[in-house]
Amino acid sequence: MSITLRNIKKQFGDFIALNTINLEIPEGELVALLGPSGCGKTTLLRIIAGLEQADSGQVFLQGDEVTDQPVKSRQIGFVFQHYALFRHMTVFDNIAFGLRVKPKAQRPSKAEIKDKVHALLKLVQLDWLAGRFPEQLSGGQRQRIALARALAVEPSVLLLDEPFGALDASVRKDLRLWLRHLHHELNVTSIFVTHDQEEAMEVASQIVVLNKGHIEQQGSPSDIYDHPANPFVSQFIGQTNVFNLEQTDTFWLKNSGLPTPQTGRVAHVRPHDIELTKAANGAAQAVLKDWQQLGGLIRVELLKQEAGGQPATIFAEMPAEQFRQLSLQKGEGVAVRIRHAHWFH
Amino acid sequence: MIRRKPLSVSDPTWFRYLLISLSLAVIGLFLVLPLWTVLTEAFAKGWASYRDSLMHPDALAAIRLTLLTAAVAVPLTTVFGIAAAWAIARFDFTGKNLLVTLIDLPFSVSPVIAGLIYVLVFGAQGWLGPWLAAHDIKIIFAVPGIILATLFVTFPFVARELIPLMQEIGHEEEEAALSLGASPWQMFFSITLPNIKWGLLYGILLCNARAMGEFGAVSVVSGHIRGLTNTLPLHVEVTYDEYDFVGSFAGASLLAGLAVVTLVTKTFLEWKQTQDIKTARLMSE
Repeated sequence: MSITLRNIKKQFGDFIALNTINLEIPEGELVALLGPSGCGKTTLLRIIAGLEQADSGQVFLQGDEVTDQPVKSRQIGFVFQHYALFRHMTVFDNIAFGLRVKPKAQRPSKAEIKDKVHALLKLVQLDWLAGRFPEQLSGGQRQRIALARALAVEPSVLLLDEPFGALDASVRKDLRLWLRHLHHELNVTSIFVTHDQEEAMEVASQIVVLNKGHIEQQGSPSDIYDHPANPFVSQFIGQTNVFNLEQTDTFWLKNSGLPTPQTGRVAHVRPHDIELTKAANGAAQAVLKDWQQLGGLIRVELLKQEAGGQPATIFAEMPAEQFRQLSLQKGEGVAVRIRHAHWFH
Repeated sequence: MIRRKPLSVSDPTWFRYLLISLSLAVIGLFLVLPLWTVLTEAFAKGWASYRDSLMHPDALAAIRLTLLTAAVAVPLTTVFGIAAAWAIARFDFTGKNLLVTLIDLPFSVSPVIAGLIYVLVFGAQGWLGPWLAAHDIKIIFAVPGIILATLFVTFPFVARELIPLMQEIGHEEEEAALSLGASPWQMFFSITLPNIKWGLLYGILLCNARAMGEFGAVSVVSGHIRGLTNTLPLHVEVTYDEYDFVGSFAGASLLAGLAVVTLVTKTFLEWKQTQDIKTARLMSE
């Protein structure tokens, strides 16, 4: 089901949580609402669900306005940050809840409910937990049970609030991939909220970057990474080195082979767009301060050298093999070439 | 005996035993001995006499009125308590702090004052007195007055118990139920109520004990009309004043029995509630 938001505004006291949000989400997408904490992403998710009312603006699901409809009639599945499993019910009863509260005419028979719950438990690969209580489950298991419970009512939209926020790093990695696969399988329009840009890049097919109550950019992960719309997005998504033309970087940047553009005064450079070579005598633009191995990549910490300028830290990344071939020592001077930059005002 | 602390920090043995025996002596003198006295006095003239004084029409009327008062006051207090706790734990509204303070009012006001308030409002010389008299409605020195006074002194019990509990449990499970298509009533009965049941029962228990045992407020509005407006605590006083010690202590033994049952149930409910709060903390990790 497609989702459309028009001029959504929400205020809590003096705090503007959402300022005129317009958003179009096509059917079948897996969308990440990404932003720093307090940017309004959870509020937006709750407004789509109907758990919160916008002060003004409209919500459309599949073209139909649902702004004033209660959560019950919106056909959404909501997975809460802390899962909100019913603590006094078994896993089976938790998943069956949505089917049992249906009006008599639509309620499936006991046998149908049983079949459906077990099918869902199989889908989340936890069939053996049917008789347990939520407090007996691990975080990752609770998360998947919460998802199964939300899916039981066959929602047209699945909304997940920080779905991996409360999990251990290792469990989180597995679940991310699993959620992506599950989405492929079910193809239900899904939105999840996250403050973790890596998570958004890895899982989502579309990313909506939110900041201070408004949308900074919307697009595919590669779109957002390769063509950030503004300095905030550029710095929030991935690592970025920031060079300011008006300050003391002008000469330094020219030396790095970066053409100065017609417009724009601030260059944002990704670490992997910085190329290093051993410096010939006197031609060093930076000094190698330290380096860390990140899997197959090496992250190099450089101290920028410039007459009169403050020594600033620059990060560069390159394949480990390439770094080995350079055979650089700590404290050694390096020449820097910048392949590409995003220019902002 | 296992020492939990290094010797240098723990108190000397004689000091520990002194404190323990002091506590036991105080409890014995002020709690156990009176309870024992109630029972010996009640049975001083034997079982038959005990039974007769409880089967006396006035005693039976007092028991009936006490049960009736509790049967009306406790459900009303429960409904009010749930509604107030819901409003306070779930919504932000102006006057919330004032409401919390007002709920505590009966704890800080002397019960006698509580009774007097009703006399001033509903009594013959009170604000509504003439109107009530004109419509032939009797409140003061009648059963409605007793119930009103009891409501006043008991209405904080359930609310006070539920407010912190509902704040601790949070709203997420209820929202989850709504998102799964439950109606508000389905949500309340299948999610909210099971989650708060031990705390709720605890509040109801304390409320019931107070409703049945209240003396001051009820005494002011009752008028002590034998067989009509005497509750059990008032019956104890009246019979005692008339030197009917067996009758008085027999009534008192019933109230003492109620106290013991309340105490045991209370301990059980407290234990259940700590379990619930532990689970609540575990689940929101």
